Amino acid sequence: MAGPVDLKDIFFVEADELLSALEEGLRAIQTGAQEADTVNAVFRAVHSIKGGAGAFDLKALVGFAHRFETVLDALRAGQLSPEPALLGALLHASDHLADMISASRRGGATDPEVDERVIAALEAHAGGGGQKEEEAFVFEPLALDGPFGMDFAPIPASQVLRRVTLTFRPHAGAFASGHDPALLMRDLCGTAPCEVTLDPSALPDPSGFDPGQSYLSWTVVLQTERTDRQLLAIFEFIEGSCDLVLTAEGQAPAEAPPAAPPRAAAQVAAPFATPSPTPVAKLSPPAGAAASPASGAGPRPTIRVDIDRVDRLVDILGELVIHQAMLTEAIEQSPGFGSVDVDRSLDQLRQLSRQIQESVMAIRAQPVKPLFDRMHRIVREASMAAGKSARLVTEGEATEVDKTIIERLADPLTHMIRNAVDHGLEKPARREEIGKPSEGVIKLSAAHRSGRIVITVQDDGAGIDREKVRQIAVDKGLVAANADLSPQEIDALLFLPGFSTASEISALSGRGVGMDVVRSEIAGLGGRVGIASVRGQGTSLTVSLPLTLAVLDGMVFEAAGQTLVLPVSTIIETLRPDPGMRHSLGQTDSVLDVRGRCLPLVDVGMALGFRRSLKPGEGEIVVVVERGDDGAIALMVDGIRDQRQVVIKGLEANYGQIAGIAAATVLGDGSIALILDPTDLAVTGPVASRPVPPLAAE
Amino acid sequence: MTLRILAVDDSLTMREMLRQTLTEAGFDVVLAIDGVDALDRLPDADPDLILTDLNMPNMDGFGLIDAVRKGDLATRVPILVLTTESAATLKDRARAAGATGWITKPFDEVSLVSTIRRVAAV
Amino acid sequence: MRASGFVTDPDIRELVAFRTAGQDFCIDILSVREIRGWSRPALLPHAPTYVQGVINLRGAVVPILDLARRLGLEPIENTDRNVIIVAAIQNRIVGLLVEAVTDILTVPASDVQPTPDLASETTRTMLRGVVVQDSRLIRLLDVAQLLPQDAEAAA
Repeated sequence: MAGPVDLKDIFFVEADELLSALEEGLRAIQTGAQEADTVNAVFRAVHSIKGGAGAFDLKALVGFAHRFETVLDALRAGQLSPEPALLGALLHASDHLADMISASRRGGATDPEVDERVIAALEAHAGGGGQKEEEAFVFEPLALDGPFGMDFAPIPASQVLRRVTLTFRPHAGAFASGHDPALLMRDLCGTAPCEVTLDPSALPDPSGFDPGQSYLSWTVVLQTERTDRQLLAIFEFIEGSCDLVLTAEGQAPAEAPPAAPPRAAAQVAAPFATPSPTPVAKLSPPAGAAASPASGAGPRPTIRVDIDRVDRLVDILGELVIHQAMLTEAIEQSPGFGSVDVDRSLDQLRQLSRQIQESVMAIRAQPVKPLFDRMHRIVREASMAAGKSARLVTEGEATEVDKTIIERLADPLTHMIRNAVDHGLEKPARREEIGKPSEGVIKLSAAHRSGRIVITVQDDGAGIDREKVRQIAVDKGLVAANADLSPQEIDALLFLPGFSTASEISALSGRGVGMDVVRSEIAGLGGRVGIASVRGQGTSLTVSLPLTLAVLDGMVFEAAGQTLVLPVSTIIETLRPDPGMRHSLGQTDSVLDVRGRCLPLVDVGMALGFRRSLKPGEGEIVVVVERGDDGAIALMVDGIRDQRQVVIKGLEANYGQIAGIAAATVLGDGSIALILDPTDLAVTGPVASRPVPPLAAE
Repeated sequence: MTLRILAVDDSLTMREMLRQTLTEAGFDVVLAIDGVDALDRLPDADPDLILTDLNMPNMDGFGLIDAVRKGDLATRVPILVLTTESAATLKDRARAAGATGWITKPFDEVSLVSTIRRVAAV
Repeated sequence: MRASGFVTDPDIRELVAFRTAGQDFCIDILSVREIRGWSRPALLPHAPTYVQGVINLRGAVVPILDLARRLGLEPIENTDRNVIIVAAIQNRIVGLLVEAVTDILTVPASDVQPTPDLASETTRTMLRGVVVQDSRLIRLLDVAQLLPQDAEAAA
C-alpha cells in the first residue's frame, strides 16, 4: 500500500523529529540525564518510525526498526542494563536508522548487508535479553492477518451451502467493551438466508432486572458457504466475552492451513474461549482527569506555514522599507516640510515597520538546537574514525537564528567540529600521559551578543602548534621564511586557501576543503570567523553572524562619488581627525592615532579601487570600525548622510561575491548602494594585485 | 447520519493518514495526539467510535481505554486499537483492557472501514 | 543547439537588433526580458572594465555590462540616450548597455550564416553567426559566452 505523496512527506518530516528525539534520549541515558519517560520515549520513537515505514511499505526500514525496537523493549523492561557498550551500539543503530530514512527519502536504500551488520551488532550487545517473549513478529498486510479479514477473501465457487447453527450469549462484559450484538448478527447473516431466534428465557422479572447484566441469547440458523473459521472470525473481537456454540450439519469445507492454531474446532460445544491466560494488562498510571493537567502544560498551538510564504512576506517588507525611505525623502524635500504632524506620522510609520520586521524575523527565527543535535553524530563518527575519544557538550541551544542562516551553517559547522576532533584533540593515550581525561570535550555554544549571533566551537586539545603552522606556511610558500608574524597572524594562516596541518591527509578533514572554505561560507552569511588557541589547553573558533539576512541598521556615507553603507554594528566611532593624528608608515601605509591607539588608516574609495588619490575635501571624515579579532581599523570617507535600516540584497544571484562587499541595498531614490564588509575590506590589500572576480560563479 | 470517529495517535503521519482515509470513507473525524488529549476532546467530540494507538506519551492506549470505560461519558463506545504487531498477547491485553477490537498497522482503507463497520453504527 | 531552447516554429527566429560601437548586433528575443533607459549604476569594486556596475531592477540587483567593451571594441560614450537590454543568461539577469535598439527581425533560421573569418578572435567566440538584412551585416550574439566561463575562472 502506497500512500499519497504528501503523506510520505509528512512521514519524513516526522521521522526527522523522531530521530532527534531518539538520539537525544539515548544521549540522555548515556550521560545519566534521563528522566522517567526517556526509555519509553526512545522506544516510541523507533516504534513510530516502524509504524510509518510500514504504511509506505518500506520493508527494510520496518525490519530494522522492529529489531531495534525489540532491543529497546528489553531495555525498557529492565532485562538489559544501559552499559556503555550497549549504548554505543544503540547510538550507532540510531545513526544508521537515520541513514536508512534519508536513503528512503531519496527513493533509494542503504546496503542491506550494512543494515544487517549494524542491527546484528546491536543484538549481539543486547545478548539474549533482546528477544521478545511474544510470538514472532508478523508483518503482513491486514487482509491476510489471521482469521480477521477473511470476509473479504474470495470464496471458491465450488463450495456448497451448508446449514450451520450458532448459539450466542454475550457476557455482561461484552457491552462494557462496546460490543453490539446487532452488528455481529448483521455480519453473521450477511446476505445469506438465515433465521434468528431471540431467547429471552433468562430475563428475570422486572424487579430483579439489572441493566448492567446480560440476559439474552440468540440462535442463528443459516445457509452459508463460509467455513467455520470464517464464521468464528466474526466473533474474534468478542472472544472471551461470550458463550458461542457452533453446530454444523454435513461436512465442513476444507480450510486453508490457519496462520495460528485455531482455538475452536468445527464442533464447538464448549464456551468459545477460555479466559485469556495472559496476565491481565496492568492499566497505565493515573488515568482520566488526574492526568489532564498535563495537557495544559503541553505545546501551544502552532501552525505549519510554507517557508515560501514567509519569504514572500520578507520580500514585501523589504519593499515597504524602501518605499518608506523614499516617502521620507520626498516629504523632507517638499516645501511644506516641517509640520509636526507629518514628522510624527513618519516616525510612527518607521516604528511600525520596524515592529513588523521584528515580528516577521521572529517567525523565521528557529532555535539552533536541531543543528546542534546533528553535531553529536559528527563527533561520534569523527572520533571513531580518528581513533579518539570525544564528547560534545552544547550550550545555548535555545538561541534563535534566522532559518536560512541555520541551514547554511550546517556545512561550515560540521567542518569545524570534524576539524576540532581530528586536529584539535590528542589521542587518548597522549591525553592520559599529560594528565588529561582520555575523553576529549568539544564544546559547542551559541549566544546572542550585541545584535549578532556568536557560535563557538571549543576543544580541550593540544592547541595550535604555531611553529609547525608557520613551518608549513613557509614550506608551501605562503609566507616568507623570515616573516615576522605575531601569534594571531600565525593562527590566521590556517584560513589560507589549501592550508592543512595534517601531515597525512586525514579521511575526515582532508577532503580538499580547509578552513578557508569555512571562512568563505561564513563570510557568505555576512559573518566572520575568529580563532584563539592556548598551547596545551585547546583551540576555540568563534563565528559571529548577523541576526538576519534580510535587514540591517546601516550608516549611509559617500566615498569617491559613490553612496555606500556600513553596518552600524561594526562602527565604534566617527571623527574628523586633526592632521596631527595621522602618521605615515612606509611609502603608502599610514596609521591614525586615536587616543594613543594606532589604527590602520584606509581610504574606502582607494581600497575599493574607485580612486587613486585624494583631492582636497575628500576622505576627511574617519569612521572607526571593528573587525572582530583583527582589531579596529580607521576608514576615510567623504561624508556621512544618515543612519537607517537597509534591506539586504544579495549580489550572488546575478553577479558573484566581491571581496570587501557584504551585499547591496536599494536607497530611497531607487539607486543601489553597496554594503561594506569591513572585515574583508581590511584584508583587501593593494587593488592592482586582486584577481578579477568571476562575473558568474555558478 | 455520519459516524463520528475520535482517532488518537501520537504520530503525525498516522494521524494524517487516518484523517484522510476516514474522511474519504465518509466519516467525521476528530483527532487527538495522545490519551490525555483524547479525554479532553471526548465531551465535545461525542464519538460513535474511538480509534486509538497503544504506544503514546502522557497516556497510552490502555490508559485511555480504562479511563473511557471507567469514566462518565461514552463508557460503552466501541474502541478499536491500532497495533503494529499482530501478536496475540497485545490483542488479549487490549481486549482485557476493554477494547472492542483491533486494527493492525499498516492498514488499507477497505479493511479499516469494514472493521469500523463491524463494531460501530449510527 | 539553440540559445533559447524553445521556439514555437523552429524554422523562424525572432531577433532583437541593436547598435553599439558602430556595429550591428542581434540576440534571440527569447533571452530578452525588457529594454530600458540608462540609469546611473553603482560602481562595483575590483570588477572587470566591461562591468559598469549594478542597477536596481524592481528590487533585484542587476549588473550592467558595456557590450562594446565586452566584445573588445571601443567603449561607447556615456549618454542618457544609451539603452539597457535586460537579458536572462543562464538563470542570471544581466543588463547589456548598447547605443540603441534598431529593430525586431523575424528571419528563417536558414538565414543565419556562419561567422565569416573577418572578426577578431574575441568577437568570434561570442558570435553564433551573422544575418544579412538590407545589405547590413548583423552579428548574432551567443549570450551565454558574454559571461566569463565559470570553470576557467574558478579553476
